[in-house]
Amino acid sequence: MNEEQELRVKRIENGTVIDHITAGQALNVLKILGIPDSSQGIVSVLLNSPGKFGIKDVVKIENRELNVREVDRIALIAPNATINIIRNFNVSQKKKVHIPTFVEGVVRCVNHNCISNSNEPVTSKFDVTVDGNLRLRCAYCGRSIVEDIAKHLL
Amino acid sequence: MKFKGHHIISMTSFSRDMIDTILETAERMEPIALGKQRSDMLIGKVLAVLFFEPSTRTRMSFETAMYRLGGDVLNLGSIDATSIAKGETLADTIRVVDGYADAIVLRHPKEGAARLASEFSAVPVLNAGDGAGHHPTQTLLDLYTIKRESHLEGLKIALAGDLKYGRTVHSLCYALSLYGAEITLISPMELRMPEEIISDLEKRGAKVTEEDSIESAINDVDVLYMTRIQKERFLDPAEYEKVANRLKITPELLADAKPELKILHPLPRVNEIHPGVDGTPHACYFRQAFYGVPVRMALLALVLGAIDS
Repeated sequence: MNEEQELRVKRIENGTVIDHITAGQALNVLKILGIPDSSQGIVSVLLNSPGKFGIKDVVKIENRELNVREVDRIALIAPNATINIIRNFNVSQKKKVHIPTFVEGVVRCVNHNCISNSNEPVTSKFDVTVDGNLRLRCAYCGRSIVEDIAKHLL
Repeated sequence: MKFKGHHIISMTSFSRDMIDTILETAERMEPIALGKQRSDMLIGKVLAVLFFEPSTRTRMSFETAMYRLGGDVLNLGSIDATSIAKGETLADTIRVVDGYADAIVLRHPKEGAARLASEFSAVPVLNAGDGAGHHPTQTLLDLYTIKRESHLEGLKIALAGDLKYGRTVHSLCYALSLYGAEITLISPMELRMPEEIISDLEKRGAKVTEEDSIESAINDVDVLYMTRIQKERFLDPAEYEKVANRLKITPELLADAKPELKILHPLPRVNEIHPGVDGTPHACYFRQAFYGVPVRMALLALVLGAIDS
């Protein structure tokens, strides 16, 4: 980020910066990560920020380092996102998100008659494939979600 | 492949080898299914039969399969008289019932119910139909009927009727694609097989063509698989009558059919097969209903470990 943007959202001392989020998806990223419920620290959100590859969203989470398993889930809606772990104002680790092959408890099945949409004590489970399109196939009923995955977030 | 302890949820998890093992085991079970031989293979074993939806053939053939092998059956009975009517979850019902039985047969109105049950059950779950989802034992008995009455290798088959909503035909086509079958689909435009399935079948090695009348296909195939067209799929009753009459098998239509043509139907039929066809050598549908017994005997014996696979 350039200096002007730094003034808009200040640098964090420790925590995680999620950069290059598909514009408009930052709040959905927070939803997938269960924030603010799962985080006590300050969370800053920058929407429609101009970047090298067009506009993007950025999220900064103070005093929490996200683990691989939780960040990869955001690849479903922000496949180009990068994760920067910040320690003492410096980037200590940087990685890209990878689309997971299986997700649990992230999206709701589109089939109203699917058992995962009833009062049973289970969370939704999907096998994820990328065959031209990103496809989430319900492990219970087999119905697929191909478009607008963000619309089906739990 | 060891079947012992395995759940039978969907045909998608079956390889051709697994299907062949089941069909060969079913063939060995046939004399017992016919009552010509006695067996106590499953003596001391209990099968819980949980049907949350009505069924005649599937429930009865599972029960008789268990009895013929010397086992016992525990039937859920009427849902109104159970804790399910009080709002118990399926997961809890399964956790209770698996303490009473060695295997569970489940039919449920929700898609994915059998998969869920398998997550909570310590004993094998056999899916006997989950909503519009899967019904693997029907597919296996269809395959067994084709094997017994015709042949699976190099098969030419026509499927007619409701190919859009019929879970039976979707699942059967996937299984037949493992055998490289030539598949002809005959249905009205409104009830065509979904494109996605046709494309999947072709990718899996099946040759698929579509026709809109039975006459053009009947003289060329080894097996004609008829299904019922449901009236409620049509907004206009007159349109239903028109379509139902066009997809109807009569003795006259079979006049020029090759002698070895076999006609299958998962039953119940309504008007799609004229009763005059029943006495012809082409009619297989009542034997098909019987074949459900040796196939389900084979599955029970395999998942309960009475036969080493």
